[in-house]
Amino acid sequence: MIRFVLSRLLQAVPVLLLVVTATFFLVRLAPGGPFDAERAVPPEVLRALEATYRLDRPIWEQYLAYLGDLLRGELGPSYRYPGRSVEELIAAGLPASAELGFWALLVAVGLGVAAGVVAALRPNSWQDHLPMAAAMVGICVPSFLLGPILVLVFGIWLEWLPVSGWGDLPGDKILPSLTLGAGYAAYIARLARGGMLEVLSEDYIRTARAKGLPEAVVIAKHALRGGLAPVVAFLGPAFAGLLTGSFVVETIFQIPGLGRFFVQAAFNRDYTMIMGTTIFYATLIVAFNLLSDLVAVWLNPRLRDAFGESSR
Amino acid sequence: MPKDLPVRLFAALLCALSLAACGPGESNVERGNREGVLHFGNGTEPQELDPHIVTGVPEHNIISALLEGLVAKDPRTLEPVPAVAERWEVSADGLTWRFHLREAARWSNGDPVTAHDFVWSWRRALLPELGNQYAYMLFPIAGAEAFHRGELKDFSQVGVKALDEHTLEVKLRHPTPYFLQLLDHYATFPVHRPTIERFGAPGERGTPWTRPGHYVGNGPFVLVGWRLNKVIEVRKNPYYWDADRVALQGVDFRPVENVSTEERMFRAGQLHMTQTVPIDKLAWYRAHHPEMLQVSPYLGTYYYRLNVRHPVLADARVRRALALAVDRKALVDHVTRGGEVPAFSFTPPGIPGYRPPAALRYDPQEARRLLAEAGYPEGQGFPRLSLLYNTSEGHQKIAVALQQMWKRELGVEIALDNQDWKVFLNSVALGQYEIARAGWIGDYVDPMSFLDLWVTDGGNNQTGWSNPHYDELVLQRAVRTSDATERFRLLAAAERILLEEAPIIPLYFYTSKRLVHPSVVGVYPNLLAYVSWKDVRLRATVSSPPTGR
Repeated sequence: MIRFVLSRLLQAVPVLLLVVTATFFLVRLAPGGPFDAERAVPPEVLRALEATYRLDRPIWEQYLAYLGDLLRGELGPSYRYPGRSVEELIAAGLPASAELGFWALLVAVGLGVAAGVVAALRPNSWQDHLPMAAAMVGICVPSFLLGPILVLVFGIWLEWLPVSGWGDLPGDKILPSLTLGAGYAAYIARLARGGMLEVLSEDYIRTARAKGLPEAVVIAKHALRGGLAPVVAFLGPAFAGLLTGSFVVETIFQIPGLGRFFVQAAFNRDYTMIMGTTIFYATLIVAFNLLSDLVAVWLNPRLRDAFGESSR
Repeated sequence: MPKDLPVRLFAALLCALSLAACGPGESNVERGNREGVLHFGNGTEPQELDPHIVTGVPEHNIISALLEGLVAKDPRTLEPVPAVAERWEVSADGLTWRFHLREAARWSNGDPVTAHDFVWSWRRALLPELGNQYAYMLFPIAGAEAFHRGELKDFSQVGVKALDEHTLEVKLRHPTPYFLQLLDHYATFPVHRPTIERFGAPGERGTPWTRPGHYVGNGPFVLVGWRLNKVIEVRKNPYYWDADRVALQGVDFRPVENVSTEERMFRAGQLHMTQTVPIDKLAWYRAHHPEMLQVSPYLGTYYYRLNVRHPVLADARVRRALALAVDRKALVDHVTRGGEVPAFSFTPPGIPGYRPPAALRYDPQEARRLLAEAGYPEGQGFPRLSLLYNTSEGHQKIAVALQQMWKRELGVEIALDNQDWKVFLNSVALGQYEIARAGWIGDYVDPMSFLDLWVTDGGNNQTGWSNPHYDELVLQRAVRTSDATERFRLLAAAERILLEEAPIIPLYFYTSKRLVHPSVVGVYPNLLAYVSWKDVRLRATVSSPPTGR
């Protein structure tokens, strides 16, 4: 097991280096630079700015210098926000994004598993069709539509919940978490339904029922563990996706998160900020994939045995 | 029982959600009115709060609360009014200005604001290594441009001197009638020398001197909080010389990028004022809450550039034909719909004393005649030119309208092409376009802020257009005359050349649009959408925010 984790960690190094290198050259290949603006920057000012940020040097020299900084743990100054380092901006945006991602994941798992299990218990009845239709809608409705609709209904018409903000007013985290979680809840519902249907037809479920166990115990103790394996495998990438994909929700609800920095950095050609956020997200995705693989191994005895054999 | 387990889970979740929804409580506007704090929608997160580095409107809004120049503006008329300087004299030739600084002017730590502070700050603003994009605001001062370009190393040769603690003398290279206006631009604001030096060299970018707790300013407010993408809080500065007149206890600047979110926040009572108004909401506010809607002319022009290096567009008759064939009234009435004013000149109306020449009109007949004369009768043989704009729904609608007008009136086909903002800027700067959209906002209320763009090889010209007579009028004759009427006459003559040669097609003049809560007093419509923070106050009203459906 330890060997498995170590080898996966070692594999991550070339992956991240590839991400760094590809991003570094791709952002510089994109037309337009960080200091282009509607009002042309005077040439002497542009020269001064490029000198400040090493952009006047040959590109390979910039690349090596960047790798050097990275090894020292420095992500450099943001071009867009000259008084801030990229580390500082990530640190400022991460807490809100991570919390939003956490609540959204909770919404997604809560709603998704509930709907999926209900559907699987009564296949092809209305209890199946209704949640699955809702899930289909959930997958199809983008957050930039769902968010404003929720705000209009709960924020402006009913006046139950704040229309924007994060941690300023009671209840202002509910609508963004619902908006962001909804799409993932829909995926999870479909995964949970599929997994449960498969497990419920297994012999050991029939055995459990045959020995007279109450249905609740059969579902909760025997069926859920196997039936939710596909959901668990999805959780790692889902959380990384929730973290990186929160740009739209953060914009609609005026949340001071990392998603906004990430997307705006690309629009602004803020090279260091693009690099910093990309590396950060890539690391997160690698870590969460590893984590969800480990949980999957723990949940599925067959996989556990396989690793048990190979790691010995 | 067994089967309702998921149902119970679901019910529990719903309960938790509805419990948490105990109502929004006191809104920002209600709390703000109680505490005297204005909640201001401020567009984007400011890049910086260093007046010698920043370039944007959101930055300007905050900095003008924290710092003050020699003069300020009357928010109704935009006339210069005394600020740090209580009075000034100008020599008969318009070249030497003497400013008498008020003795009561203080930094927010209690230090006096002196003439030396201005000399030191202007030197810093001009340091080449600082990369100040607005350094040119100081170029009217003798020697300033040479110092900025590194051609002059000795700052004592630049025309600014402290005669004593409270007297500043400035020598200009030409008489500059708008010079006083420049002194209310943040590029000419003073900064607190000991604070800057505590955190780095004067020419160093991005030192932490602008953080709350560090920032020392001389404006009506001091910086007390800065949470990224959330809020910038300023509170009343007790050391400010005119503190008695400052009615607000503070301003919370909230960076809200999404215009629809901003409008929803206004409706929910989270903001007293917005930066702008979504186009599709204008009609609703006009009908239901006209008292909250402020739409006023703005010192800016929306226009198209024509690349005169293109063989077809090199012919002035073709360019003029394209300019005359545009029905600008239809454009603002049916497409932009934000109260914009059709543009028949490049300089916007409202500049006191200046009348733009009447050299442009909607005249499809003349347009057809010119196009035929250029060799394309009814558009025959006219190549398919491309119209480039940066990706945005608004720009696209305008481009489609122009495409149809040109087809209808001239029989020419135009292809539409859009690019991401930075790619678009790059294409225009490199001259890789045929027709491209553009916008220009004046830095100060004077035609020069619009006309000096079009001189040969001007950094913002980007059309390849060059006319020696135009250059002479703008760069030589207009800047040398000290007679205001004559100067405007020369500039109008230059603008006539520009419009007749038509390297650009002005389309409309911008309007500024904002929502203002009825409790806010002292925010006046003006050409620059300028808010004088010390003139704003909050009136405790019972009027609730508009919860429109």
